[in-house]
Amino acid sequence: MVETKKEIIIECKNLDVYYGNKQAIKNVSLNVYDNQVTALIGASGCGKSTFLRCFNRMNDVIDICKVTGEIHINGEDIYSKEQDVEKLREKVGMVFQKPNPFPKSIYDNVAYGPRIHNLTNSKKELDELVEKSLIKASLFDEVKDRLKESGTALSGGQQQRLCIARAIAVDPKVILMDEPCSALDPIATAKIEELIIELSNAYCILVVTHSMQQAARISKRTAFFHLGELIEVGNTEELFQKPKNKMTHDYITGRFG
Amino acid sequence: MNNKLNVKRKSAEKKFILLGRVSILLAFVFLAVFLFTIFKTGISGFYKSYIKLNIFFDSEYLELPKDYSDSNLRHADFQGIANKAIYKLFPNVKESSDKKELRKIISSYSNLTIKNALRNDKALLNKEVSLEIPLNSVFNLLNKGLLDENLPQEKRNFTDLQLSFFNQLKNKGLISKKFNWDFFKTGDSRAPEKAGIGGALLGSLFSMIICFLFSFPIGVATAIYLEEYAPKNLFTEFIEVNINNLAAIPSIIFGILGLSILIDFFELPRGTTLVGGLVLSLMTLPVIIVSCRAAIKAVPPSLKHAALGLGASKTQVVFHHVLPLALPGTLTGTIIGLARAVGETAPLLMIGMVAFVVNLPKTPLEQSTSLPVQIYLWAESAEQGFVEKTSAAIIVILLFLFAMNFAAVLFRNKFEKRW
Ligand SMILES: Nc1ncnc2c1ncn2[C@@H]1O[C@H](COP(=O)(O)OP(=O)(O)OP(=O)(O)O)[C@@H](O)[C@H]1O
Ligand SMILES: [Mg+2]
Repeated sequence: MVETKKEIIIECKNLDVYYGNKQAIKNVSLNVYDNQVTALIGASGCGKSTFLRCFNRMNDVIDICKVTGEIHINGEDIYSKEQDVEKLREKVGMVFQKPNPFPKSIYDNVAYGPRIHNLTNSKKELDELVEKSLIKASLFDEVKDRLKESGTALSGGQQQRLCIARAIAVDPKVILMDEPCSALDPIATAKIEELIIELSNAYCILVVTHSMQQAARISKRTAFFHLGELIEVGNTEELFQKPKNKMTHDYITGRFG
Repeated sequence: MNNKLNVKRKSAEKKFILLGRVSILLAFVFLAVFLFTIFKTGISGFYKSYIKLNIFFDSEYLELPKDYSDSNLRHADFQGIANKAIYKLFPNVKESSDKKELRKIISSYSNLTIKNALRNDKALLNKEVSLEIPLNSVFNLLNKGLLDENLPQEKRNFTDLQLSFFNQLKNKGLISKKFNWDFFKTGDSRAPEKAGIGGALLGSLFSMIICFLFSFPIGVATAIYLEEYAPKNLFTEFIEVNINNLAAIPSIIFGILGLSILIDFFELPRGTTLVGGLVLSLMTLPVIIVSCRAAIKAVPPSLKHAALGLGASKTQVVFHHVLPLALPGTLTGTIIGLARAVGETAPLLMIGMVAFVVNLPKTPLEQSTSLPVQIYLWAESAEQGFVEKTSAAIIVILLFLFAMNFAAVLFRNKFEKRW
């Protein structure tokens, strides 16, 4: 089994999420392993995004959202009172569904995280960090001559890679991606997928996706959600070939959702 | 069946479009008539008529010693030497009543022009120089062709004798008309030929600066707090409703507020641009808050989430991302708010910025008027010479407002939606 070789980085226990009175996540427990891609799949509205946002506490932004249960990342209870949310988000980066670069230069986009967290001591260090992050996001060659140009002037796929570069510039442990390719064409999608696989050597990556093929291509483990419940989780290959649960089977064979 | 319905619908649409065009046309006609009349009467207000006189700086008559000082100048009778100069042009006029009519052609403030000439060049003493002396307001208007010479003498402000003097002077080529830069530099005066909008311009400028300095930071801070930090509850909703209502309160009520709080309670000096600016800032404040909130709302949430996701604190998100993007919209609203404040008269009347002020204000703590108040004062004045001055001042304020609104539009077009 692949997952036994890896270390558990996220432990999620009995997680419930409510929007007002409506329960969006129902008693979910899941372990996530480091240095691999875990895919979250399930029909629209089943709570994948909600679940993902629990890991960097972006649900805090939504007034009516209430989270109970426990999530430990590297052994730290991220919902404890002492948890500094800004520090948590430094460790747990996020890439959104729609590319959302800041309307600033490409350089400033990537440098923003290191700047607010004071990660570098000199302009030179920052320059290097920006370059390194852009290289890791395999965007550097395309933009190295126009770092001063606006990030919003890039193509959709480039923008998304810029967002990935921006996320990895603060050197997170975990990267959360919510349908990172849904706004992109197949070629840009292929590039991002390749990038995700490459990045999984260094980071723990959680990806929400609607595409079975994508989940199969990029992830080692897959978790299937249905109406807020975690139905099945396991090795991606096994889950797709021999799903244990009838609902999983129906979903991946396209019978509903 | 269907076709009939379609025809009906089409014709209704055509009628509606026609109606819209007619109303726009009407609005344009009114605007054109308004601008035309204002410019027609106002343009001449920027010009001033002069007479070229040979002034002899007679040290004996002026009672000036050789090494005179500025205080000597104050008591010297410069008007007298101006009168002498004009008598000289008509050697045949001997009767003192005729002389009186003759000297009334020149402005009773001619002494200032002559005094300044001597002050600027001390060597002029006991010499004769040709100077351009301003005409009295009546003859200024006559020179511009604004008065009817053919009326019977009782119905006009000048006598037949004066008219003949004037025509002779004109035939000799001594009368001229020049652009009146002093109009922008001098304060108010009882004599229309000397009155200017300099004081009012400065007053408006001071109150605008004070208005901006107070309302902009407070307005932006309020907008940020309400939009980004304040909990959404009944109390904040109540505040919101009241801010929107504030914008609809008649301006004179702000004047009364200023009078009772700023002047009576805080004992700030009455009629000063400080109080005026503060009162105007109360009026501008809701405009700024509303426009700033709208601009903040227009910042896409995805950008805020991006920054939050990187671990930026709420305050960092506001100052690094939201505010820079909201600033152009806020400034556009601010300019429009300030433009409204510039044209405001009623509250300034309440707080006493309505006095006859000759001196230019040097600080916001001095008594002053503002442009619209000056227009109000001149429009009230009975003297005919103030009619063109009023229109000229209206032109100035219109240009001012036009420039501000133009700036607002430029701003909006340049910075709108960059993300
Ligand atoms: N801000 C919100 N306020 C109230 N309810 C919400 C909010 N966000 C999500 N929900 C509800 O929570 C449930 C889960 O939503 P979520 O966005 O997590 O689904 P999802 O699996 O990501 O769907 P999709 O695949 O369409 O993105 C849905 O029923 C949705 O209506
Ligand atoms: Mg989603």
